[in-house]
Amino acid sequence: MKSLKFILPLVVFVVLVGFLAAGLKLDPREVPSPLIGKPAPGFALTRLDDAGKTIRREDMLGKVWMLNVWASWCAACRDEHPHLVAFARTKVMPVVGLNYKDTRPDGLGWLARFGDPYDASLFDQDGRVGIDFGVYGVPETFIIDKQGVIRFKQIGPVTPAIIETRIMPLLKELNG
Amino acid sequence: MARWIALLLLATCLVAGAKEAEPAAADPALEASMLRVAAELRCLVCQNQTIADSHSGLAEDLRREVREQLKRGASDEQVIQYMTDRYGDFVRYRPAFKATTAVLWIGPGVLLLVGIGVLAIVLRRRTRMAPELFEPDEDEANDGAAPGPTRGATP
Repeated sequence: MKSLKFILPLVVFVVLVGFLAAGLKLDPREVPSPLIGKPAPGFALTRLDDAGKTIRREDMLGKVWMLNVWASWCAACRDEHPHLVAFARTKVMPVVGLNYKDTRPDGLGWLARFGDPYDASLFDQDGRVGIDFGVYGVPETFIIDKQGVIRFKQIGPVTPAIIETRIMPLLKELNG
Repeated sequence: MARWIALLLLATCLVAGAKEAEPAAADPALEASMLRVAAELRCLVCQNQTIADSHSGLAEDLRREVREQLKRGASDEQVIQYMTDRYGDFVRYRPAFKATTAVLWIGPGVLLLVGIGVLAIVLRRRTRMAPELFEPDEDEANDGAAPGPTRGATP
């Protein structure tokens, strides 16, 4: 009886600390996407650099590719950008941009200034394709497999660590 | 100087307010149902606001989406399902009851029951304790009217 009186609060305390420690590591801004493991939503958007050329979801089937949501007004995209440029240089997978709620001159000017890692950028002026992809915080990055299924989503900037630990292993698995 | 700063601030407020004002709704009934649905949905950019309350760009887009879908004849449930498909259960202020949300719904009730249970056990145990184990009530101890246990009684 006496020992229970001592142990019980200790157990409660340890459990509480466990919850709080786990809570510290969680980022409330990172909401798990329900789209992972589901087919990527259909889209048909014109290229940022060519309003006459349309890219559709079907055009990307058959390869593992990266969709990176960016905008010239997005400050975090600027931090992410050098890593993307470096990643695109390795040419391990096509990198497609989704220029989200931007204007063509702003978007193109931004790419001219900071470098263009994208095989193509889709121009999503009113953000509708963004909504279909569940985008709520730019930058966001999706990895989409050969069958057009979303396999990974990064909310916030892609870092070299994420490329190394998440994206490259996934790519190996999807190509293997 | 301070007055000028105040004026400047006031002016910026006016400009900002003017920018955020939305076009008056063409259809008040549609606007009302849009706001009803929007009040059920969490804005993911500013997570403790509904998309009805939020001024963020995303919330504006989502309100537009809700409005257009309702206009096309979608039901409230269909619109909410559309949002849940894209943003997950987290966008709903009242998530559907299922395996992954069960703890959310039942948890507080279970905790309350546990609390009541512990309280009941403690109280019952106390009623069975010998009266000597308790401190005497002050007034009882002082006037000595009650024949309760007296410790250190005043002369």
